[in-house]
Amino acid sequence: MFGWEFPPHILGGLGTASYGLTRGMWECGDMDITFVIPKPFGDEDRSFARIIGASQVPVAWRDVNRDYVESRIGRVMDPDLYYRLRDHIYADFNYMRTNDLGCIEFSGKYPSNLLEEINNYSIMAGVLARTLDFDIIHSHDWLTYPAGIHAKQVTGKPLVIHVHATEYDRSRGKPNPTVYGIERDGMTHADHIITVSNLTRQTVIDHYGVDPAKVTTVHNAVVPLSQDLLDIEMPKSKEKVVTFLGRITMQKGPEYFVEAAAKVLRNCSNVRFVMAGSGDMMDKMIQLAAERGIADRFHFPGFQKGRQVYEMLKASDVYMMPSVSEPFGISPLEAMQMGVPSIISKQSGCAEILDNVIKTDYWDIDAMADAIHSIISYPALYKQLREDGLAEVAQITWDKAGQKVINIYNKVLGRS
Amino acid sequence: MKAICFNFEIHQPFRLKRYRFFDIGRDHYYFDDFLNDDIVSRIAHNSYIPAAETLLRMIEQSEGRFRCSIAISGVAFEQFELYVPEFIDVLGRLAATGAVEFVAQPYAYSLASLSDPEEFAAQVKDTCSMLKSRFGITPKVVRNTELIYFDELAPQLVEMGFKGALTEGAKHILGWKSPNYVYTAASAPKLKLLLRNSKLSDDIAFRFSDYSWSEYPLTADKYIDWIASTPAEEQIVNIFLNLETFGDMQPATSGIFQFLEALPRFAAERGIDFLTPSEAIAKIKPVSELSVMHPISSADEARDTSAWLGNRLQNEAFEKLYSVAERVRKCDNRRLKQDWEYLQTCDHFFYMSTKRKADGAMHSLFSPYETPFAAFTNYMNVLADFLMRVEEEFPSQVGTEELNALLLTISNQGAEIETLNKELASMRKNIEQYNIEHRLREEPKEEAPKAKEPKTRKATTRKTAKKADKKA
Repeated sequence: MFGWEFPPHILGGLGTASYGLTRGMWECGDMDITFVIPKPFGDEDRSFARIIGASQVPVAWRDVNRDYVESRIGRVMDPDLYYRLRDHIYADFNYMRTNDLGCIEFSGKYPSNLLEEINNYSIMAGVLARTLDFDIIHSHDWLTYPAGIHAKQVTGKPLVIHVHATEYDRSRGKPNPTVYGIERDGMTHADHIITVSNLTRQTVIDHYGVDPAKVTTVHNAVVPLSQDLLDIEMPKSKEKVVTFLGRITMQKGPEYFVEAAAKVLRNCSNVRFVMAGSGDMMDKMIQLAAERGIADRFHFPGFQKGRQVYEMLKASDVYMMPSVSEPFGISPLEAMQMGVPSIISKQSGCAEILDNVIKTDYWDIDAMADAIHSIISYPALYKQLREDGLAEVAQITWDKAGQKVINIYNKVLGRS
Repeated sequence: MKAICFNFEIHQPFRLKRYRFFDIGRDHYYFDDFLNDDIVSRIAHNSYIPAAETLLRMIEQSEGRFRCSIAISGVAFEQFELYVPEFIDVLGRLAATGAVEFVAQPYAYSLASLSDPEEFAAQVKDTCSMLKSRFGITPKVVRNTELIYFDELAPQLVEMGFKGALTEGAKHILGWKSPNYVYTAASAPKLKLLLRNSKLSDDIAFRFSDYSWSEYPLTADKYIDWIASTPAEEQIVNIFLNLETFGDMQPATSGIFQFLEALPRFAAERGIDFLTPSEAIAKIKPVSELSVMHPISSADEARDTSAWLGNRLQNEAFEKLYSVAERVRKCDNRRLKQDWEYLQTCDHFFYMSTKRKADGAMHSLFSPYETPFAAFTNYMNVLADFLMRVEEEFPSQVGTEELNALLLTISNQGAEIETLNKELASMRKNIEQYNIEHRLREEPKEEAPKAKEPKTRKATTRKTAKKADKKA
């Protein structure tokens, strides 16, 4: 499997989903999984998959002794594997910027030279594909499609790509042609395409011209929360709190949240709105909140990570995700796990599998405002959504998703 | 001799319009006229009118041997008056045949029987007076909303003058017993019970055009055959259906009307009769008592009240609504009372069900809302506005007893003023009498000073005026 992010060092939903799925597949048994990420930190959970860091894969030959390798990368990779990989370098990449071990350094983030990094990742994949023995290649999201294609070309093994998002979602319909090209290339070469929702499946079919028979939806799931997180205690204020959590970007529809808040505040006074996160539209949103005259009740606590996210949820009465286009959207499920009723846009993939949430169109500010008001003023609705939501989300587990992916593998391999 | 007892239910709720929370306190009109017109007209033309005309033909062709009963809710009737008055004419023709019995039910098709007996009685009475004024009919049999029935209800129904009630042949109540008999209510033996045969009723209502059903296609011949082959001592088969089964639930193209029309012919061949509920309870001897501890109904798999009061949302809305029952009954604001009735219609609660699977499919099939949460939100917003209007009429700080006292004073004020007036008049008379007597006594003594007389008179009139003031 080629991935880009892996917990605990994650930047978005991709890492969480890749982790959950891999773990779910492992739980189904009889799987030997290698997960490749650009840059491991050594604190990843390795109990169910072998994790290989692209930053430790040599692409140029260096004569280094074992002790040196051990001291340099022993924390994240077995030196034996390093030597095996070194034996499979397939071309002279000394012209590239490589380090003392002949490896390319990856940031593992989304740097400005992302396209270069994607290309390097694909070079590295060539070495890996020649070294390791495997039956199937699985690429998570467009960043790793070139690597997947390369591995397929080298080995002739089938390629499954996993579409966690498309450029159409990220850009509200105005895709970057380079990114679109990479995605389309991946889809053309793939033997099978897995999408995280029917919404994404439709995008893949409509906008990338892919044969529908080749595309299957496997909805994401969630990992049960640890007791530690569930036990978080937050001081409850008398006022109700409505929370938006996520990147403040065009895709997430933050302006609809502000407008809905303005509508609610015109009629209710005991409610506060929180827009947690950061993004390129943040300044605009601060300005909009001020323009609507609700700045005193509208707060921007900035980017939240790890435990802070759950503390934020615990302190909330309503969670809101008005995404304009959301391939899946894992955060409402997390809110439900914390017992927070959610309002989500119908344009989110997770709306396809959730029943105990309120769904509105992202542009329907009236409906959103009404839903917010309803949850904070009618306790029966709050309790109903909270309790049935907890029960519902407990059923959405990764092993079920993992089994579906395994079934797809078997189909691709002609084993069923 | 066997008989079939048909009952056709006609009900349509006043569906609510999309009512946002910012409309609360501003907009006091709650109903989606366009949607209601659309649905009621469509169903009337696809189903109610052709079905009723089929029934008319069946009665004519069988020369009155075909008999059936109809239950119609007041809220549905009002909508026919608004949107499809021609259907009421057809109903009138059915009533005129004498072969169709009209059965009473709560005017608003409400769940009032579950929480508010007084409201329930008032609503049934409303329906009765509607039937009386429209068709000159006084119902003898009652069918509660969705066939809801329980022990406490029976004595009340008897008291209201009903001889029989229709309810569901719920399996968990009947156990090994058959619904194909007449029973009496355990809590009020005077009341006879007719139980719906749910298998035979649902064969028509839900399975008639189901290709995957092993008995498909269902023909009148086969259907009557099933009824004829029930044990000989089972004398009555109660088929209770929604009238929209014909032409709406089962489309006309499925042949449902022809099926219905052919029933009397095959029944006659097999010597099966048709009876109205009143005739059934008069002719057939009840076999035993039936006790129903917890309310039963015809809805959902569970056949209880969980279709309307099965989750927290529904219970909250229900309790809020009936919390003002007494106050609304006391007021005389006609619009408020009308809204109160329309809001009680059980469909509003039906839409809020969060059941899944087959039951859930049934709930969402009828619901104008996308989700139960939307149904709840909309209803609660409307209810919030309604409660505010009730509050304006009678503030809740005024306790019920205090309110009663105040209302009593107001309602009695006419009578009280009259008695006070009478008292006043008699007092005046007494004073005049007294004056006359006084004068008579004084006159013979001194006749000369006449100038004094007007003075005393003035004084006395002033006195009486003062007294009158005090009284008032």
